[in-house]
Amino acid sequence: MKADPIGVLTGEHYLDGDHACAEGAIAAGCRFFAGYPITPSTEVAERFVARAPFVGGIFIQMEDELGSMAALIGAAWGGKKAMTVTSGPGFSLMMENIGLAAMMETPCVVVNVQRGGPSTGLPTMVGQQDMMQARWGSHGDYEIIALSPASPQEAFDYTIKCFNLSEKYRVPVLFMMDECVGHMTEKVVIPRAEEIDLYPRRLTKKPPEKYWPYEYGEDLVPDMIVAGTGYRIHTTGLTHDERGYPVMSPVAQNKLVKRLCDKIRLNADDIIEIEEDQTDDAEVIVMAYGITSRVCLPAVFKARKKGIKVGYIKLITIWPFPEKRVRELASKVKAFVMPEINMGQVVLELERCVAGQAKTYHVPHAGGWVHDPEDIYKVIEEAVK
Amino acid sequence: MSNANANVPEHPMEKLLRMERIPHIWCPTCGIGTALSCFITALEKFDYPLDKVVVVSGIGCTGRVAGYIKLDSFHTTHGRAIPFATGLKLANPELKVVVFSGDGDLAAIGGNHLIHAARRNMDLTVICVNNFIYAMTGGQTAPTTPLTANSSTAPYGNSEPPFNLPLLVGSCGAVYVARWTALHIRRLANSIGEALNKKGFSFIEVIAPCSTLYARRNRLGTGLDLMKFYHDNSEIRHGAPLEELDIGFQQKIIVGKFIDRERPTFLENWNNWLSQKLGDKFVPYGVAPQQMQLRKAG
Repeated sequence: MKADPIGVLTGEHYLDGDHACAEGAIAAGCRFFAGYPITPSTEVAERFVARAPFVGGIFIQMEDELGSMAALIGAAWGGKKAMTVTSGPGFSLMMENIGLAAMMETPCVVVNVQRGGPSTGLPTMVGQQDMMQARWGSHGDYEIIALSPASPQEAFDYTIKCFNLSEKYRVPVLFMMDECVGHMTEKVVIPRAEEIDLYPRRLTKKPPEKYWPYEYGEDLVPDMIVAGTGYRIHTTGLTHDERGYPVMSPVAQNKLVKRLCDKIRLNADDIIEIEEDQTDDAEVIVMAYGITSRVCLPAVFKARKKGIKVGYIKLITIWPFPEKRVRELASKVKAFVMPEINMGQVVLELERCVAGQAKTYHVPHAGGWVHDPEDIYKVIEEAVK
Repeated sequence: MSNANANVPEHPMEKLLRMERIPHIWCPTCGIGTALSCFITALEKFDYPLDKVVVVSGIGCTGRVAGYIKLDSFHTTHGRAIPFATGLKLANPELKVVVFSGDGDLAAIGGNHLIHAARRNMDLTVICVNNFIYAMTGGQTAPTTPLTANSSTAPYGNSEPPFNLPLLVGSCGAVYVARWTALHIRRLANSIGEALNKKGFSFIEVIAPCSTLYARRNRLGTGLDLMKFYHDNSEIRHGAPLEELDIGFQQKIIVGKFIDRERPTFLENWNNWLSQKLGDKFVPYGVAPQQMQLRKAG
């Protein structure tokens, strides 16, 4: 299905990443936003609420992030595409209900414009320190999808992708921006509505008497209903069967939790998007995401000039991690270099996938500013030895 | 699902219960079942399509109501039933959204959501079953446990004063506030009916016996003894000043309808204010599509 023109501001704009994200959400058909202000994410909410009255949307500034996330799940079951935005501390508060969204298989998008942490940390300054929280933040076993943009244009484009993946897999999708991308202003080209493909909600075609809310087919994703349409379903955060009824048994738990994980793991090839450059002959690969995927480029160019065979991978999808591609490359290259604005998070997953076939180097930064490309270059130089 | 024994007639409430989930998990003499019966009685008289009525519960004994009622029903996280319901209601304003949960869920962990939903006048009906204790987790102190009452986390008696829930939500702006005990079944059912028909944030506190934990820990006898206590010690005072509605340990319980007033809802405020500010460019939210198109064409 195509985007509704009412929400698409077709044309060339000069936008920051936060505003571009809000425009992407509106273009994707998001008409419900519940949020609580927190730097540096608030501009997404501000843009959304300024635009909502003209596109038939609604905005509610909730009393806290716990309420925002709960409202998001309710709104999705009420039939709306729903989003919230936050930053580190608020993300922590949302975690319990992100687990509920995963358990109830509720499509929704949570944007985290990351700042430096832990705790209140650096409210106005950049970090990439919630990457593992995105993956493991809620309790129990589950899978989510997480993407990361590197520019305002990508903030627009990949917000739409977040909504599409969320609808397709009925899973909360986490959009892991960082403060730099959120606050940088660049040209953003918004296409015409008919050029924007949207994945429609997977509504069941079965009549109420034949429908079970968690009965699933080949792709492991059940079809959904909208509350108030006569299906009279029950759903719960408790371990449940295909009817949505609580079942307290290890058998039901294994069946349900395995499927919640498998519907993402087995569809990883469909979900994952990465960009590669000069990996064919590479001896060293620099892998990065978000703002760091741009900051590392001067180091990559310098290394190439010096004759180092360096390749470059930009992660757009962070979770699920592109394990298969990393394993292929790991057998061919000497080393991976991964700069992140944290003390070592996604690099742990890289190491796991490389599995000793090549060396891995982390280039940490505790946050507050981006890397000096020279620091990354030095590690590339060492890695190629 | 019909009854397995053909000789037993169908229970009049079976249409609104998930019979395949029965027997329920509540203890004998628990008041939650009575509160649920009263809700179903009210729904049967409620002049609104029941497919559009949705129940949201949080966690705890009362939280299990969502699992037994045969409506679209959501059993959510501890304390977050009201914001979940807020999202549902705003996503589809045609829904009649009922939050049915316990005092711990709504007033302790969910206390912030309770007061803000009342302040905004979110169009929800909240039925709060108050049994003075955290029952599902084994009898710990609740924000409603009377001063001096015993609980597993107040083994020498509770030293904290409890919430007066009607005062709390009334002062925040609820448009309908009532309190009944699980003994007042007709009055409670009527009151739930009134609340369902009310536009805006309506709140009903149901004082319910918990014989397994509250009564046992406080040596108050059986469930029947608790009901006898309600019979002898509850006093109906409609319109009573909210400040006088505190509940002390084994003290008189004032019940009745305390508030019934009109205020614009959250959504009415959104639509009215923005159409005033933005004029024809404003697309009203939650208005039927035909009306919206007419508005655009006009």
